[in-house]
Amino acid sequence: MSLAGYGLIIAAGAWITIKVAILSLVVSFCIGLVCAMMKLSSNRISIWCANIYTTLIRGIPDLVLMLLIYYSVQIGLNDLTEKMGMNQLDINPFGAAIITLGFIYGAYFTETFRGAFLSVPRGQIEAGYAVGLSPSQVFRRIQFPQMMRFALPGLNNNWQVLIKSAGLVSLLGLNDMVKAARQAGNATLHQFFFYVVVALIFLIFTTLSQIWFWHLEHCYAIGVREAQL
Amino acid sequence: MSELFHTYWKSYLWSDGYHLTGLAMTLWLLVISCSIGFLLAIPLAIARVSSNRWVSRPVWVFTYLFRGTPLFVQLLIIYSGFASLSMIRHSAILWPVFRLGFNCAIISFILNTCAYTTEIFAGAIKATPFGEIEAGQAFGMSQFTLYRRIILPSSLRRALPVYSNEIIFMLHATSVAFTATVPDLLKVAVDVNSATLKTFEAYGIAAILYLLVTFSLVTLFRRAERRWLAYLQPQKSNHRSSSKPQDQRNFDVESEY
Repeated sequence: MSLAGYGLIIAAGAWITIKVAILSLVVSFCIGLVCAMMKLSSNRISIWCANIYTTLIRGIPDLVLMLLIYYSVQIGLNDLTEKMGMNQLDINPFGAAIITLGFIYGAYFTETFRGAFLSVPRGQIEAGYAVGLSPSQVFRRIQFPQMMRFALPGLNNNWQVLIKSAGLVSLLGLNDMVKAARQAGNATLHQFFFYVVVALIFLIFTTLSQIWFWHLEHCYAIGVREAQL
Repeated sequence: MSELFHTYWKSYLWSDGYHLTGLAMTLWLLVISCSIGFLLAIPLAIARVSSNRWVSRPVWVFTYLFRGTPLFVQLLIIYSGFASLSMIRHSAILWPVFRLGFNCAIISFILNTCAYTTEIFAGAIKATPFGEIEAGQAFGMSQFTLYRRIILPSSLRRALPVYSNEIIFMLHATSVAFTATVPDLLKVAVDVNSATLKTFEAYGIAAILYLLVTFSLVTLFRRAERRWLAYLQPQKSNHRSSSKPQDQRNFDVESEY
């Protein structure tokens, strides 16, 4: 793994890209679950908020949102600390990238989860209450496991888009593998070679996660008998 | 925000006085890449579903490579990567093409959207009911006529909802063109930001404009679906209870798909 001496830098960058992608997956998964519950609740204000969130976020390109949120939050924070007479707080670019990506993809996950929750038959939930489960038990033991089976194809799709968006974080100044490849390419004048290496690493990520999702789909479909023709 | 827009509205919308910029540039990128991508995707989708492995496998490799890697990296390979190859730098034909950021952006967008669209259309072609093809063959249609009259019209219609998503994704994807110095909507926002340091307003105007285009595209596609997919729409409730033949027909349409 020498790559003209830049192998380690690119490997370190790849590790950052993976961390950004996985942690923002966790953030957007949580946001998606919460907002899907908000959309399905009977409270009009929470439905309204969740609708505005998903419509706005899904209508604007992720790159524009990343730049908008990332830089505006820092400037807003600077104003705030200045007014309060504190020292300037610098947002950690790594954490900010995760929160920004998580916030953006949370909107896509919300829609996936909402559709999946609606696909769980109503009788299942009623049956859960009938045997005396509490609402949280109904959610954990009945709704969630069945919902995941319907959500998986959509989650797979969103995750694939999310990994590829994680390639954009170098534009926020993070030292991910695209940036490492750019530095290596500019130093050696072999840009083509290094970008192709990055593309291949992305291809490995997407292929591995595809295999993993096939496995998950199999796991969650364990209670379902497929049609045998 | 309105003050900033008042000063820079012209470059946000269509021109900085010399070149096409802003929204007009974004739409131009979208229209070119999607229309050429569409035209290339139809023959590729037909090749993708071919039973001959030597025809379908290369197309699968193409879509796999372009769907598995980020568009941003593809653009970097074509824009910065190709410029580093001496083979291209010293070519009289290729260098003038790959020298300009606009050409590189267009080429990578076409290849990317073409890969996604090929898979969408191939999926729709595979979903064609067997009976329709059989009926066409029974009429003595050639393979070409079969595709032209039976398979393509119905499968392109079936692909419409997914294809509309792809177009909107492509609209959002055009924003990476700014990294190749193409003066699209985001590039104008970046420039306004560095000129005025009003970050939220500069990017906010771009975000609103993108939002408006997304909404208009969604409305447009919803109309298109209502027109071209009218036969898949559920029938109105007053028809359902009317008479028996009506019920029968409704059932047939549903069972077919």
